[in-house]
Amino acid sequence: MSSLSASESVPTKGLSVKVENLSVTYRTTFERVPTFKNAITRFGRGQRAVREVEALKNVTFDVPDGTALGIIGNNGAGKSTLMRALAGILPPTEGRIEVNGRISPLLSLGVGFNPMLSGRENIILGGLASGLSRAQVVARAEEVTAFAGLEEFIDAPMRTYSSGMYSRLAFSVAVHMDPDILMIDEALSAGDATFKTKAAEKMGELRESARAFFLVSHSLASIKQLCNDAIWLHKGTLMMRGTPEEVTAAYADFVNVGESAVILEDL
Amino acid sequence: MSTDKQVVDSERENEFTTTHHVYVPHKAGIPPLANYARELWRRREFATEMSRASLRAANTLTLFGQVWLVLNPLLLSGVYFLLVQVLSGGRHGWEFFAQLTAGLFTFYFISGSMGTGASSVVGGGKLLLNTAFPRLLMPFSAIRTAFFRFLPTLPVYLIFHVIAGLGFHWAVFIAVFFLFLLVVFALGLAALFATLQVYFRDTTSFLPYLTRIWLYASPVLWSIETIPPRFEKVITVLEFVNPLHSLLGGFTQCLVNGDIPSFTTFATATVWAFGVFAIGSLFFMSREREFAVRL
Repeated sequence: MSSLSASESVPTKGLSVKVENLSVTYRTTFERVPTFKNAITRFGRGQRAVREVEALKNVTFDVPDGTALGIIGNNGAGKSTLMRALAGILPPTEGRIEVNGRISPLLSLGVGFNPMLSGRENIILGGLASGLSRAQVVARAEEVTAFAGLEEFIDAPMRTYSSGMYSRLAFSVAVHMDPDILMIDEALSAGDATFKTKAAEKMGELRESARAFFLVSHSLASIKQLCNDAIWLHKGTLMMRGTPEEVTAAYADFVNVGESAVILEDL
Repeated sequence: MSTDKQVVDSERENEFTTTHHVYVPHKAGIPPLANYARELWRRREFATEMSRASLRAANTLTLFGQVWLVLNPLLLSGVYFLLVQVLSGGRHGWEFFAQLTAGLFTFYFISGSMGTGASSVVGGGKLLLNTAFPRLLMPFSAIRTAFFRFLPTLPVYLIFHVIAGLGFHWAVFIAVFFLFLLVVFALGLAALFATLQVYFRDTTSFLPYLTRIWLYASPVLWSIETIPPRFEKVITVLEFVNPLHSLLGGFTQCLVNGDIPSFTTFATATVWAFGVFAIGSLFFMSREREFAVRL
């Protein structure tokens, strides 16, 4: 995914993220479960079950250090694909992405955990996978647990967790892995009022200390409250870049609902 | 805000964690191998922890879990022993039983590696969607699991070894070398089947048939020395076509009989082990960036 030649390895000063003409097109199968049996039958009929998805089309933007960037858009606009591309999980099809900093592992809420394993095992596995050493992860595990308020349940398998507990842990893991660049994908929509307040506080704090902060949310109020910059994606294209107020207003206009209470709040 | 400043500063440039990454479209399928290998090594703890967690989840570390690991292949050895005994008119003794257990236990390590390896990537789907790390860690961790399920069967074999009065030879040390080759072979196999499983989810359904045929084609139920002359042609082909012929045959020959295998066996086993390792892992690496959209 990256050909790290010397010429490309010079970081651009003052920028956390630089995205140039990024297109992500991937081929995926529309079969429910891809099997060899189906492939053979299809081959006999001369059909193909692979579909191209153009998730992002020619997206260009810069994120200077200290930016809290809100990302809005309808479902399927390419928001999560953008996050995954920035994290290096999905390779670009065209264009170039430059990232300066360690990225937090959480992309969308509640995923990344193995439900059969305990909360603690999941914290440790997640941390190790993202490149921290065991000592660093073990040291953070306590903090993560305490912040999520899950001291009693941390050694129970995660399939026994409620969805709120699940998302509290996911959020807590993301913010405690010391990212330079924090990416939160629809994280505020779960958890109870107490945790939401705590999470908002923590995000405010991280916004100050992290080099950059990305927030994907359907809650326009959260975007306005937590971000100082915003982009709006629609069907893979970048529609607008501006202050959170401008962008959310344009988006609300576009979807033709007005700034009603429904889109301002999480349901 | 990194408190791991020292770590970050000393980190070398690579595509997975450094503080500076450039992602561009990949033209060739295989990532820079030196970087990949370095990252793989740096996150070996993840593979260890992953395997430990899955062993814990399957209760493998408890007493009865261990008993079960041994009991299953042991009962199978009993069944096959009876079968071969009946077919051959009852001329086999403890010595054959010892050889049978050694062969079966080892064969089950390989077939277990294929199974756990195949499901490693698809099973770890969620983590793959959220974190960038060298994906080869998943099948490699599966091999660690398979190996730790194989280990408790070794002392059980030793009991039969002693009962059969086979004695101890220094060739046992050569068996360690063959065991190493078997592990290398298993790593390649796991990577290969893990990739296939992503594209064809029914791969694991075919595996039982494959393992059964493979078992009959490998020197487990029969030994290389006791083959009737009329099968000689088949054996000369199998010797090179079936990787387990040299790998498993060499292993049991050292362990059970205390013989030192021929140079051909050494060479074939080494070539197969590293060949399959190279093919499996390179195939896996060339495909791994697509896994996120295929899961």
